[in-house]
Amino acid sequence: MLQIVNLKVEIEGKEILKGISLNVKKGEIHAIMGPNGSGKSTLASVLAGKDFGDITEGKITYMGKNLLEMAAEDRSKEGIFLGFQYPTEIPGVSMVNFMKTALNEHRKYRGLEPLSSSDFLKLMREKKDLVKIESGLTNRSVNEGFSGGEKKRNEIFQMAILEPKLAILDETDSGLDIDALRIVANGVNQLKTPENATIVITHYQRLLDYIIPDVVHVLYDGKIVKTGGKELAVELEKKGYDWIKKDVDIVSYG
Amino acid sequence: MQRVYPKFCIFVCYLFGLNTINGTITGFHLLALGGLRFNTMREEMGKEQDKLISKVTSGEYKYGFYTDIDLDIIPKGLNEDVIKQISAKKQEPDWMLEFRLKAYKAWLGKKMPEWAHLNIPEINYQDIVYYAAPKQKATMKSLDEVDPLLLDTFNKLGIPLEEQKRLTGVAVDAVMDSVSVKTTFKETLAELGIIFCSFSEAVREHPDLVKKYMGTVVPYTDNYFAALNSAVFSDGSFCYIPKGVRCPMELSTYFRINAAHTGQFERTLIVAEDDSYVSYLEGCTAPMRDEHQLHAAIVEIIVEKNAEVKYSTVQNWYPGDKEGKGGVFNFVTKRGICRGENSKISWAQVETGSAITWKYPSCILRGDNSTGEFYSVAVTNNHQQADTGTKMIHIGKNTRSIIVSKGISAGKSQNSYRGLVKMLKNASNARNFSQCDSLLLGDECGAHTFPYIEVDNQTSIVEHEATTSKIGEDQIFYCNQRGISNEDAVRLIVNGYAKEVLNKLPMEFAVEAQKLLEISLEGSVG
Repeated sequence: MLQIVNLKVEIEGKEILKGISLNVKKGEIHAIMGPNGSGKSTLASVLAGKDFGDITEGKITYMGKNLLEMAAEDRSKEGIFLGFQYPTEIPGVSMVNFMKTALNEHRKYRGLEPLSSSDFLKLMREKKDLVKIESGLTNRSVNEGFSGGEKKRNEIFQMAILEPKLAILDETDSGLDIDALRIVANGVNQLKTPENATIVITHYQRLLDYIIPDVVHVLYDGKIVKTGGKELAVELEKKGYDWIKKDVDIVSYG
Repeated sequence: MQRVYPKFCIFVCYLFGLNTINGTITGFHLLALGGLRFNTMREEMGKEQDKLISKVTSGEYKYGFYTDIDLDIIPKGLNEDVIKQISAKKQEPDWMLEFRLKAYKAWLGKKMPEWAHLNIPEINYQDIVYYAAPKQKATMKSLDEVDPLLLDTFNKLGIPLEEQKRLTGVAVDAVMDSVSVKTTFKETLAELGIIFCSFSEAVREHPDLVKKYMGTVVPYTDNYFAALNSAVFSDGSFCYIPKGVRCPMELSTYFRINAAHTGQFERTLIVAEDDSYVSYLEGCTAPMRDEHQLHAAIVEIIVEKNAEVKYSTVQNWYPGDKEGKGGVFNFVTKRGICRGENSKISWAQVETGSAITWKYPSCILRGDNSTGEFYSVAVTNNHQQADTGTKMIHIGKNTRSIIVSKGISAGKSQNSYRGLVKMLKNASNARNFSQCDSLLLGDECGAHTFPYIEVDNQTSIVEHEATTSKIGEDQIFYCNQRGISNEDAVRLIVNGYAKEVLNKLPMEFAVEAQKLLEISLEGSVG
């Protein structure tokens, strides 16, 4: 589904991603872990098509297409969803209006008729139940005045509506208490099918108690320095990132 | 919304409290903050935005066509003789001509106001045509006698004059250049005692009413443009709602400039007697021309006891081209007085057109417990300039006013809010709340706020809030990531920002206004 080959990204002359290669197949859950500043969020933004930095090398193929040539909105319509680490507030724009606009853009792209208001509200109700989000949230402006936990749940709710093929969740667990974490993880698991794939970007291992990854990658200093099964996450939690750093630094300078 | 410059100032002039602190019992009458500029801001956006917000408007002005119709015209120039000719063409009584000539003398003694944050090129008043009328029969019995070209013009503007084709519940007075073309539903309204006709007709048919009210809210000496209008005004609408009548339909005037080199000077007079209600709307468009055209209007509203007038404007005069060539100068004096107790005036305006706008729809709150409201969305793009706002003059006890102003600036435009809240000595327990927000799209536009507050009463409360924000790259990317294009994202965000004001417009027009906002800002984000 997604192949990243030797991706290098510079921001303001500084190399942030230093040759990343990654292969995600449908049905898989990948976890990308790493200390702060290792390039996790940059990777997520590049995949979603945010216009920043320079891609100096490498290529990304998504469903057989060159991803880097696609506009951000087209990537969305092709099924890539980014769960933001810091979801943006849009005052005055109701969640209903926002999601209806988004969904109908997706439908138009697939050659479908726009959904009527009543059908859309029905869909919203179903999805709200699925991800256990309070009905109040959808009547408010996009993310405006939402608590940290509400914002993250709102991301999962949007994901439920748009039904992506590839979901990238950027630090979705940060700032969540254990109950919110469970609700978010539950939403992700509910939406999982053999046809779609998920990339979970996280700092801590605890989210991976609820979302069981097939593959765990450790990103450090712009490179994937270790790849393994879910047990890698446990080991990382136990030994801390210093363990990885030490290994890598020995390799680099040894 | 990303708050780049969250200027958040709340002024609660709780003078009673201040008084106690000062330890004085009397002698504390005035807290004059007039003339003080609370926050003038010119926002500069970061360079990283340039890439995103670079393309300037590509949206076309939809109403820029010209109707080639035979005109009855008075040659260019302004002098007493021209004024006499206008008056004669309108078959006016002597008192009206006298009023015009007095106003002309007053105008000659006045100077163009220069205090606004506007760069107005010099206007040659001798180079303007003050009267141009489509030739048609003086009195028409039915619509069949109206020139089909005129009907066609208004059809193209989306204002069909055939009553059966109109939106139900809206009566229209259609004004082209210097005359009213047709007023619809006149007979239906007359059954309720409502008078809705062109101003010229009112002068002929209801001289007593016109004499009684004209110039009582905006005297001809009021300001430069009001004096000019009073001297040369050509047409406009007159509306009289008798005691106890709720006008069952929206009344509206549609102003169209058509002829070249012509100024439009219309007057609107609305009188709402005790316990009456009317909702009034005006719309305006003009052809696209390289020259500037002058529009100097007066609107006067008189509201008696327990009566309410809602006045909504969708202003879409030709704004000029992308380089700032051409466009209408919109210099308008609009003012209403709440004469009776519990009366109410509500202004709602969506200002998207005109090269330059100079306009402050105001309320004089004389009756006790009367209310004034001002809701405004002003959009400027390319080289447009707007200096607009309101005045709320609190005279009566327990008077209330609310001001919600939303400015949107794009391109190289300048957008200013200018407002005065004045609490007079006897306005006990008067209250005002003002909110002035500015939204910037791009790094070459300016947003400015000039709120003046004068308080002469110790029990009044004045609150002022202001914010400046810009459409953030993050907001647009968030929309993109959900499948929404840049254009649609800006549309969503702007509509969300202006929603509070759009909601105040009558429903049919709220939709129209929303579309207008979109067209005005089309292409302002690339």
